[in-house]
Amino acid sequence: MTVLETTGLTITLDGQPLVRDVSFGLAARDRVGLIGESGSGKSLTALALLGLLPPGMRTSGRILIDGDDHLGAPDRQWRRVRGRTVSIVFQEPLTALDPLMPVGRQIAGPLRLHQGLNRSDAERRAIEWCDRVHLPDPARLARALPHELSGGQRQRVALAMALACRPRVLIADEPTTALDVTVQAQILTLLDELIEETGVGLLFISHDLPVVAGLARHLLVMRTGRLVESGPVDDVLRRPRSDYARQLVASAARVTRLARPSVRREDR
Amino acid sequence: MSTPLVEAVETIEALDTPARRRRGWRSPSFVVGAALLLAVLALALVSLVWSPYGPDHTDPAARLAGPSVQHWAGTDRLGRDQFTQLMLGARTAMWIGLASVAVAFVIGVPLGLLAAAAGRFAENAVVGVIDIVIAFPTLLLAMLLVTVYGASTAVAISAIGIGVSAEVARLTRISASRVFTQDYVLAARTCGTGPLMILVRHVLPNIWHTLLVQAALAFGIAVIAEASLSYLGLGTPPPAPSWGRMLQEAQSTVSVAPWNVLLPGLAVAVTVVGVNLLGDGLREVLDPQLRQERQAADR
Repeated sequence: MTVLETTGLTITLDGQPLVRDVSFGLAARDRVGLIGESGSGKSLTALALLGLLPPGMRTSGRILIDGDDHLGAPDRQWRRVRGRTVSIVFQEPLTALDPLMPVGRQIAGPLRLHQGLNRSDAERRAIEWCDRVHLPDPARLARALPHELSGGQRQRVALAMALACRPRVLIADEPTTALDVTVQAQILTLLDELIEETGVGLLFISHDLPVVAGLARHLLVMRTGRLVESGPVDDVLRRPRSDYARQLVASAARVTRLARPSVRREDR
Repeated sequence: MSTPLVEAVETIEALDTPARRRRGWRSPSFVVGAALLLAVLALALVSLVWSPYGPDHTDPAARLAGPSVQHWAGTDRLGRDQFTQLMLGARTAMWIGLASVAVAFVIGVPLGLLAAAAGRFAENAVVGVIDIVIAFPTLLLAMLLVTVYGASTAVAISAIGIGVSAEVARLTRISASRVFTQDYVLAARTCGTGPLMILVRHVLPNIWHTLLVQAALAFGIAVIAEASLSYLGLGTPPPAPSWGRMLQEAQSTVSVAPWNVLLPGLAVAVTVVGVNLLGDGLREVLDPQLRQERQAADR
């Protein structure tokens, strides 16, 4: 069943359209990749799906969450679905955590809010989540402040926080862009493991085609605020229909070849 | 045998001890400021149970006497013991200082938070009010209030409190606005956290150290304002002693008894320098950014 569906989503700022007529749907266990260059409206779309666009931006179209149109809904209604039905993980794990609050308490926050747990129960569950995202020594780490953790560990905390209330859709907005390549691979493996385990539907936003292709089964390609292509990953990679998708696939292939000298030698 | 790596790890572990973190409290500004303020506070507290003479005791035989065993700080033109007056004046200064800072924070902090959290219209309205109050001289406000309600401690506290509250509101709004634009507030909102919870859980914990430093500075401003009001006869009415009125009364006899001017002036200066140093020290100790920079510099 479709959890999150948007039809004709358009976002404008001072009459200028930033995102135009974007439509797609997402059910539990779906793995959708949203790819596009910076400024193409990927992150704006993500924020709009949570009703958190910066003030001054106007939206039109429909955003259905569990069949209810939330576009233009009052904040009270949005707050009931944020973190409980739809969650998000951001790119920069350092700034996304409160520098003065122990990470365990930050994971416990949504649990207390949506599941009405008291403080000690919520913090016990937070420690369980630290364990599930494979943080070492969870009981001790839950009491640590964000600056005492490494970048990869912080992103694990952010994932635990987003998944704590078992949402049915997780939006991952470039969750590995700010990390080292080795850490990036670890986080992607963890993400893969967690979505298998929890059955959460994934919307993975990135500008990195190989990363998206590895995780997603369905691909959306976005350019200058429009969806230019949509289809199963294999189809888009093998038979891109739009010019932009073709360029994207070609450049990704070129970068991969340059990065692997053995392949390049064969080329010659 | 220790390798360079083991040594490096050991050095880092040795640096990051609780004792090291506490070292901030030993900052010279903090220690000197706290000592000066504690001395004045001690004078004020002791005056509650003991002072050399009663507040109204006069010694007509020893008017305008210099410092002596009977009168440690001399007497004024009515023969009142100046040390007694100084102690009781400390009590007035501390009380009015604390009360007006409390008034300023009770008004200023919620107003600043409201401006930061609410939409553009409310923010502009509050900022406008704050600017007007900042531009309006506190002394003039006090004179207006005294004209309407008569001189009393409560009026002095309200006038100083309202005057200082504008600065508090301004700082609260600026600090809170900065926190509101942080990613972790957005992250909290994506988890469904409401505006009130964001204030309590994220904004206040991230700005209270700034506000505490501001409270120390505001206390200094309030002590000076109290002395100025009393000097003009707009503060605490007699017979309650005040440093400002001691100055004003000693003015006419300054050529014969200069120490009568010196002492209350010195008392005001010591208090204000004390709280300002204390504020600087608190900032060094509490400001997370400065603290991290210092830790980085240590390494």
